[in-house]
Amino acid sequence: MASTAASAPRRRRPPVRPARVLLHLFLAGTALAWLAPLLWAVYAALRPYGETSTKGYVSWPDRLSLGNFSDAFTQSEMPHYFGNTLLIAVPAVLLTLFLSSCVAFYASRFDFRLNLALLLVFTAGNLLPQQVIITPLYRLYLLVDLPGITASGKLYDSALGLVLIHVAFQSGFCVFVLSNYMRMLPHELTEAALVDGASVWRMYWQIVLPLCRPAMAALATLLSIWIYNDFFWAIVLISTGENMPITSALKNLSGQYFTDPNLVAAGALLTAIPTLIVYFALQRQFVSGLTLGASKG
Amino acid sequence: MSTETGTRTPEAAAEPPPAGASAKERAPQGHRRLLTRRDRLILGLMAGVPTLVHLALVWVAALASIALAFTTWDGIGFGSITWVGLDNFRQLFTDNPQFWPAVQHNVVWFVVLILIPTPLGLFLAVQLDKRIRFSRVYQTAFFLPVVVSFAVIGFVWQLVYNPDTGLINSLIGANEPGHYIDWIGDPDLNLWAVLIAASWRHTGYMMILYLAGLKGVDPSLREASALDGANEWQTFRHVIFPTLRPTNTIVLVVTIIESLRAFDLVFVFNGGAHGTELLSILVTDNIIGESSRIGYGSAIAVVLLLISLGVIIPYLVSTFRKERRS
Repeated sequence: MASTAASAPRRRRPPVRPARVLLHLFLAGTALAWLAPLLWAVYAALRPYGETSTKGYVSWPDRLSLGNFSDAFTQSEMPHYFGNTLLIAVPAVLLTLFLSSCVAFYASRFDFRLNLALLLVFTAGNLLPQQVIITPLYRLYLLVDLPGITASGKLYDSALGLVLIHVAFQSGFCVFVLSNYMRMLPHELTEAALVDGASVWRMYWQIVLPLCRPAMAALATLLSIWIYNDFFWAIVLISTGENMPITSALKNLSGQYFTDPNLVAAGALLTAIPTLIVYFALQRQFVSGLTLGASKG
Repeated sequence: MSTETGTRTPEAAAEPPPAGASAKERAPQGHRRLLTRRDRLILGLMAGVPTLVHLALVWVAALASIALAFTTWDGIGFGSITWVGLDNFRQLFTDNPQFWPAVQHNVVWFVVLILIPTPLGLFLAVQLDKRIRFSRVYQTAFFLPVVVSFAVIGFVWQLVYNPDTGLINSLIGANEPGHYIDWIGDPDLNLWAVLIAASWRHTGYMMILYLAGLKGVDPSLREASALDGANEWQTFRHVIFPTLRPTNTIVLVVTIIESLRAFDLVFVFNGGAHGTELLSILVTDNIIGESSRIGYGSAIAVVLLLISLGVIIPYLVSTFRKERRS
């Protein structure tokens, strides 16, 4: 008796409930409407410019092809810009994770007096709008000479500069999340290691860090998408088109091909593909990461 | 595992295991005795280097913004920095034709985001929380815009709004010369056009936050209210919604910050001209635009800073106070 009562809510799925059907109709309709702008972009990108300019955009296609995609990819040197993004995003994600886990380790395992202050500084810094700090940062980047280290000879207009600001800005969020996470690990773990004479570094690298893998995976997914999607820092801190990451290079591409919206649509969609792949492959990590420290703006 | 911890933060940190509490008082002393000199040096580096990077690039820059707001500087050499007191602010508040519209647009941005996509996201989350089939498919459809860069979203929506070749005008037959509806160029329309795109994205974001919040609601609450004979709306209104309070706070903070940060979409749309001015765009104009008026741009940044600190500080204080209490 008791067991049937307990399992009843799970098994109960009445064959057809009008309310459920209505709900599904509503959700399916809304979902389709939600995807409409993206689907429209796909449709436009699949059609040759010649056809749409004579028949209009809302028309039945004579011919669908991937021509615009391949043209956008080859004519505008998109591979080069994807390379630029990789050069910025990979070190930025790795460094952010490494540095913020260090701070989190310190704050959650050692100095509890400083914990609160550190968390406040990092979290608040991450919530600031980027424009609040951009003016002095821009001047600073122009001021720092790095002859021989970056191609531009300055911090400005270099991948290194973008990596630095991504690390500084995003570590706010990661410190907050990781420090909360590390505080939930049992204290006995590190205390025992300490008594056994393990070094601090060993405690971090071999005990705490491996336990943080789920949080690190979630943050890595999130950071790669955020840093890949960055537009603002690149627009302000990179001046040479050649050095731009893909999202800001797209703006140049659209300026160049503004007479052919189909080609621009193809370029924009190509730009979105890597984030979509990461999202579909690591959906669970992404969503859990987003709610891990929901204070992210 | 990660999902569970996810829904529990930031309140999660509020409940350390009971043993941890006493360990807390004990630990620092024990550590001090056991740590070698080298350990302490390493710890110092581990905490110090990242903190320095963050402080220098974020907080020192923010302070520098404040200092520069009281000066004029053309950016060429430090010698040309001159102290002008409140002149930049006076000019900003009285002379600049773009400042008050920008403030107004930022406010409109917030009001629209909180009134339309936020309740819609909550509504969708409540529906998707009913353990229905295809829930993941629907979720993905609503959430996809959040994954895509704002810049890309800007280009996609231009295909919808383009007066000549865009979807809307083609559908309603307004794509003939003379009948154009210029969604992006018309100063009375363009803010609303961008806001539709922004709301489109924001809904999915809010939906995910609320879904996480709803997962944390104790199922026995629903059962109890069903036993009391409450209908679906009554259960939501009086039982579920009140328990979502922490999520609501986060949603409010996120929405305010997003409205202050709004930049990419407008920048791609029309560069923030005629009808879509925003504070963030005005700051950027002073850097990458023709005129390099650093003090003036910083004054706008300070306005932005003050508004955001007005939100960030109370939020963090209440979050961390809760954490300390337990």
